[in-house]
Amino acid sequence: MATKSGAPARQKGGPEGGGPVFRSSMSARHTLDWVFTALVFAATMIGLVVLAVLLVDVARDGLPRLSWEFITNFSSSTPERTGIYPALLGSLWLLGLTAVVSVPLGVGAAIYLEEYARDNWLTRLIEVNISNLAGVPSIIYGLLGLGIFVNLLGSVTGGQSLISGALTLSLLILPVIIIATREAFRTIPNAVREGGYALGATRWEVIRSHLLPMALPGALTGTILALSRAIGETAPLIVVGAATYITFAPEGPQSSYSALPIQIYNWVSQPQEGFQVAAAAGIVVLMLVLLLTNSVAIALRNRYQRRG
Amino acid sequence: MSEVSGERSGVGRDQGGQASTVPKTSALGMKIEDLSAYYGSFKAVTNVSLEIQPNRVTALIGPSGCGKSTFIRCLNRMHEVIPTAYAEGCVKLGDQDIYAKDTDPVTIRRRIGMVFQKPNPFSKSIYENVAWGARINGYKGDMDELVERSLKRAALWDEVKDKLKKSGLDLSGGQQQRLVIARTLAVEPEVILMDEPASALDPVSTQKIEDTMQELKERYTVVIVTHNMQQAARISDYTGFFYIENMGDPGRLWEFDETTKIFSSPSRKETEDYVTGRFG
Repeated sequence: MATKSGAPARQKGGPEGGGPVFRSSMSARHTLDWVFTALVFAATMIGLVVLAVLLVDVARDGLPRLSWEFITNFSSSTPERTGIYPALLGSLWLLGLTAVVSVPLGVGAAIYLEEYARDNWLTRLIEVNISNLAGVPSIIYGLLGLGIFVNLLGSVTGGQSLISGALTLSLLILPVIIIATREAFRTIPNAVREGGYALGATRWEVIRSHLLPMALPGALTGTILALSRAIGETAPLIVVGAATYITFAPEGPQSSYSALPIQIYNWVSQPQEGFQVAAAAGIVVLMLVLLLTNSVAIALRNRYQRRG
Repeated sequence: MSEVSGERSGVGRDQGGQASTVPKTSALGMKIEDLSAYYGSFKAVTNVSLEIQPNRVTALIGPSGCGKSTFIRCLNRMHEVIPTAYAEGCVKLGDQDIYAKDTDPVTIRRRIGMVFQKPNPFSKSIYENVAWGARINGYKGDMDELVERSLKRAALWDEVKDKLKKSGLDLSGGQQQRLVIARTLAVEPEVILMDEPASALDPVSTQKIEDTMQELKERYTVVIVTHNMQQAARISDYTGFFYIENMGDPGRLWEFDETTKIFSSPSRKETEDYVTGRFG
């Protein structure tokens, strides 16, 4: 075959076969590769540096003010005596209640949509709407919460209460949790489901024993991000009536409350220099709370990943 | 004969744990009448009728895309798991119509197990992979003993007995496939369906799976889809040849006979062309 003509030899790109077929400047290609590496590295660094500068700035203002008294004191009109205790407790309550409400609902909805619902126009309509809801401004959710949880269901929720706030925040982050959890279920190969069915398992048995543990890391990541967003939200909480000045710690879901971002916002809007410093210290506390909850969630996720 | 064996295995099943002390030796056969399979409006397989003999290996061969896999998935109601897919016709396990209105597909899938083309162990320990199916089906006997027995029958025990707590996903491809066979055996099925079980494996692993199959037919009825004609000739007692005459037609069972007959003197020309390697 090779003796018959020179064609096969030329296809190999050999120098003897009528000139090279692969013509390119290797140095130009490698330079381009290097340039791109530098570009994406720069992109990463810019994000990180801006974040670091912000953190250092806040920490420099706030850390000296941070003390045990600051954490355990109630708000005061004297900047030096004021503290963050009720707001911190309010935020922790909100975080807990929001998680309790939104995680089962979000994961449940995701399982239904991904594992049970048939692929018809109704399901697709729901899907599109959930994606859209994830992009609705949080103030809109605040107005919705004011209308439904504070006014309409006021007798149950206690009006401007922790539970009203938590339900509003749950509405806000439900779409994100649903989308993240669905994505986690979608990446599980069908072979896992079929393997379960082929042993005589029901759908729920396959979901509980195989799909949920496999989807958990992904679902947790989405939930962590969503809850972090919820705890930093200010606008909807102002609308549903979180107090800016409060002299008692929340006692239960129906209690009125304040929250860290609200407290910080309140301090920032005060004219005295002392309150600005308090606000910075409040931001440090908020960051610490976020860091703590995130690390708990990451630890949980890693535990399940190892087991899987 | 099939009625007698049906009663015997029925007793073994009802007593759960005792099935191990009185080992089941004869399994149920299957009878398929006029089976057609669809994906939505597309008809993939049409009018297949055949009898699958108990305690024998039945091989299904034929060119790609002629409905072998679709057909075998109809035999334990796995076909309908795919959205919009459904089947028409009659499939009997012993005397029971598995497509009858009052038949629960979940029960059928325990009694007619399935091994897939790509090994799909669960991301759990080797022990749990085998024990899980038995546990959800309410197995009340000694689980350790069941796991050991199933792994032995799948010819995997010696390789994994010291690492039962390790993940099933850490095994090699061939070991994973035998693990899947072991977990299928652990729920004591009558019939084991295998959809190209060795196509993703190396020759040594394939050899081990084939050896396992010869032992399996002592206790179970085996149906295997394979692209490998030598494999079909080596391991099967009966062979069905699936074929599509014109592009776009649904697949048909072109010829069904004893394996020796199919490979030595098939009655149809297309069968002969295929088994002699003239196409496909």
